[in-house]
Formats: sequence, C-alpha cells, structure tokens
Amino acid sequence: MKRTGSVYLIVFSLLLVTSTLSVGMGAVTIPAATILRILAAQWPGSSIIPDWPAAFTTILMQVRLPHTVLIALTGAALAGSGAAYQGLFRNPLADPYLIGVASGAGLGAVVALSFEWSSNPLGMYFIPAAAFLGALVTVVLVYNLARVNGYVPLTTLILAGVAVGAFASAATSFLMLRSSEMVTRALSFLLGGSPVNGWEPVFATLPYFAIGLGLLALSGHPLNVLQFGEEQARQMGLNVDRAKVFIVVVASLTTAVAVAFSGVIGFIGLIVPHLFRILWGPDYRHLIPMSILGGAAALLLADIGARLIIAPQSLPVGIVTAMIGAPFFLWILRRAKREVLW
Amino acid sequence: MTVMLHVEDLSVDYGAREVLRRVSLEVNAGEIVALIGPNGAGKSTLIKAASGVLKPRQGRVRCEGEDITQLPDHLRARRLAVVPQAKQEGGAFTVAQTVMLGRTAYLGWLGKPGKRDETSVANALRMTGLTDFSERRVAELSGGEQQRVLVARALAQDTRIMLLDEPTNHLDLQHQASLLRLIRELTSTGQLAVLVALHDLNLVSLFADRVALLVGGELTHVGIPEEVLTEEIIQGAYHAAVKVTPHPETGRPLVLLNL
Repeated sequence: MKRTGSVYLIVFSLLLVTSTLSVGMGAVTIPAATILRILAAQWPGSSIIPDWPAAFTTILMQVRLPHTVLIALTGAALAGSGAAYQGLFRNPLADPYLIGVASGAGLGAVVALSFEWSSNPLGMYFIPAAAFLGALVTVVLVYNLARVNGYVPLTTLILAGVAVGAFASAATSFLMLRSSEMVTRALSFLLGGSPVNGWEPVFATLPYFAIGLGLLALSGHPLNVLQFGEEQARQMGLNVDRAKVFIVVVASLTTAVAVAFSGVIGFIGLIVPHLFRILWGPDYRHLIPMSILGGAAALLLADIGARLIIAPQSLPVGIVTAMIGAPFFLWILRRAKREVLW
Repeated sequence: MTVMLHVEDLSVDYGAREVLRRVSLEVNAGEIVALIGPNGAGKSTLIKAASGVLKPRQGRVRCEGEDITQLPDHLRARRLAVVPQAKQEGGAFTVAQTVMLGRTAYLGWLGKPGKRDETSVANALRMTGLTDFSERRVAELSGGEQQRVLVARALAQDTRIMLLDEPTNHLDLQHQASLLRLIRELTSTGQLAVLVALHDLNLVSLFADRVALLVGGELTHVGIPEEVLTEEIIQGAYHAAVKVTPHPETGRPLVLLNL
C-alpha cells in the first residue's frame, strides 16, 4: 500500500490544475499568477497594488470563484456518495443517478422551488432539505423494490432505479411546465446546470456538504465489512442495521445537496470511484476520500469542456458527463463479467 | 471438560415452518463436533442460529456461560467466530486486509488497527500458513487457499468457539485433508471448541470427536463416530442402503454406499 500517498498527491495536483483552469478560463483569460495576486489582495491588510483591470476582481470573486467552488463540491459529493452506494449495494454500477436517487432529490428540490418563498434568500436554505427528503424516500423505495433474498442484484437494482427515477423525472417535468416562468430555469436545472449564480448557493449548501462529505469519508470501515454480505458482516461483529442506515442517510444527504443547486448530473458517481478501484484497490477507507477529491477534479474538467464546446455560450455540464459517462458505463458492464474487482 | 458452546432447547421457524425443534447440544473445549444430516435437515440453520444472526423462537445459545442471543454484535463476535463457505465476496481485498477485517469486533468505527490487532492478524496468518500470501488478492488464490483465508479471518477474532458451515465443499481431496488437519491442529493447541457442518460421512468419521445427526430439524443421535455412524442409523436418516466397515488403518467406521 505504498502507492496510497502518491495517488493522493496526483489527485490533489489534478484538483489544483482543474480549479485554476476553471477560474482562469472564459471570455477573458486571467493568468494563474494574476489569480493568485487577486486572491492575495482580498486578504485584509494586504499590500498588493492592483496592476490588473478592475473588472478582473469582479469576474473572479463574484462569478468564476463561486461557480468553481460549487462545481467542485458537487463533483466531490456525487463521486463520494457514488462510492458509498456501490459499497452498500455491493454493486459496481450503483450511482446516485442510475439508482434514481438523484432524480428523487431533483423532484424534492423542484417541489421546493415551485413555492414562492424559495426564491428569497432565506427560503433557499430549505431547497437542500427538500432534496434530501426526496433522495431518502427514493433510496428506501428502490432498495426495497430491488432486494431479492437479502441481496440487491444488478438487474433489479438498475430496473428499479430506472423506473423510480423515470417517475420522479416525469413528476419534476410536470411541476416545472405548470408554471411558465419556471421553464427556462427548470430546463437548465434538469440538464445539470446551476440555476443560481454567485455565492448564495455556495453558502446555502456548504454546511450540508461539509457534514455529508466528512461523514462519508468516515464510513470506509463498515463498508469494507459489508462487502462480505450482511450475514457475515454481523458474524464479524458489525452492527449491520446501524451501519446501513448511517450510510444511506449520509450518502442521500450528500447527493441531495449536490442536486439541489447543480441539477441532475449523471455518471460522475460511477466513473470516478470505479477508476480508483482499478488504479488503487477496494479499501473504502481510502476509496471514498480519493473519490471525493477525484470527483471534484473530474466535474471541474467536464465543466471546462461544457464551457468550451459552444463558447461563448456554455452547455449544461450534465450533457458532457452523460456523453462521456454512458460509453464508460457500457465498458464497466462488459468488464464486470470478467474481473473480480469486487 | 469445560462446556464452551451450549445450545439449549433451540427452536427456529421460517414463517410457519418449524426448521429446528428443541435442539440441545454441547461442545467442549478442545473438541470437534461434526453436524451431519440429509439435505434440508437444518444444518445451516443450526449454524446460523448458534452464531446468533438468526433469532430463535425458543431456547438460547450460551458461549462460556453467556447467552449470545442477547449480546450486541461486537461482543458476540469476540466469543464466537464463523467460517463460511468461500465465495466471490470480498475477493478484491488482499489476504491481509481480509484477515484484518476479522478484527472488526475490536476495531472502532474507523477501522484503525492497533498493535494487538496487528499481532493477532500476524498470528492468524502464520497458523494458517498464509504469511507469504498476505499481499495477494483473495480472488487470485485457489479454492483451498481461499477457504484458509476465511479460517484465518475467524482466528483473528480471537474466540474460543468456531463454527464452520461445510468448509470442504468444492475442495479436492488434498485440500479437504489439509483444511481438516488445520482445524484439528487449531482445536487441540488452542483448546478451541468447534462445531462443523459436514456432508462427507467418511471425513466426519476420521476427523470428528463426536457426531450430531440432525433429521427433519431434530437431533436424533449424538455420540462418538462409532456410535452414530452405524448401518441402521445412517439408513434410517438418509434412506439409502449403506455398508459400514472399519477403516483398514484407523479402525474408524467407513460408510460405503450400496446401489
């Protein structure tokens, strides 16, 4: 396990590079050195004299930085909860999107959005809570629908996830199309684009992200024990029911926060944990923290792509992740039959 | 002799069906008791119920005097370990990682091992002859080696009672013999109490101190192999014509099928 340190180092460097690119790129390019100087100049009592256009500060501090932070947190949350769901269901294809949890969270968020109060600053803090409720109901429903004799087989899991997810998406679309002023906001939301800009969504979600990601990172050991099935896990001394409830609640919370302000973004929760499982190994005590860091970098990369493809306009990032993720999904499906990564 | 495992008047239902009826059995320190019986007699159910993961309708299971059906999972797992049949599960872990997970009952929520856990894992690997395999992935090993990994995982639990559910299934003759020799060795040196469900009556005869015959959810006979493995008892339980003759070298009963 000597490689553990180097894997963390590589992922961390990737995250640094992608966030610098994300902050620097756009209609005006801000060089990395200037970014550092602008950031340093924000520090109270800093002696840096601005030698850059004043607009740079506004673009960086009010637009690009909050956007980058939100995208990074979203990617981290989707990959971290994806890894946790995969461990819990003992299934390499579990992903917050594929098992319908993200759609359930989306429905919860849109129900909240459809009320007047949610557009005022205070009401915005309740959107993640509504998304959490939607996610929780969905995961419990899908799990029980998919369960056969204590196991959650691949086929029933995906079928139940697709069915419940489709229902939630349909209900979401119905709610959105009912009110005309919501349609634009709604469409970009459905495809995975943030409907709100600036720091508000970051502040509204930060406490949830911090708690969710922190607790996820601590769930590695019980997930490792659960890989042997519930009966053996119990015989090895794990309080299985408590562990399961804990992981479901935390993973659903994390998914919900990600969905609440960034919409439904698929496949990040599938690709990232799977890559680390191949590159590094099955130990969830490191797999989850690695997925969290890697998920942030991966979604930033997809987001940069989304901003480049039809520049100066930008695509919803969910389109990019789906275009890359769907072929990857098929690749895992074929590979899962041949190799034991599990 | 010290009674380590004491199954008392145990009854288990699956829905309306009674799978075990008033089963009572004792296993002593340093003793191997083999559990035999036709398919569907309730052998696996008895192992599960004795391990505490299946709630009985009636009766209790005491380990070193304490009723384990009332104990929380981690305390129960410090008294009694189970060796399941080797399957694909957890095959991506290395041997060392798998055996360390046997320490779950002693580890905290974060699973961070201490000195005692490391020592215990090293001992378990040494006793099962797996030290050189410790960094290999379990899925890359042979069936016999994988079964030994599960024995090592159970040993790492540091219990004095071990339950095994058909551990020789899918193993060839050589691996059957080496696994059972290992269990025998561990039992006598560690004063373990072992209850093992087995299919092969001739393995039972060579290897068990006592035999418990389960038929239709009830224990019909318990005793040394010579007492239980008789033509009359086996034909009655299995509804198959058999001939029992002494093993030419050990003198233990050999059960031969008559067609």
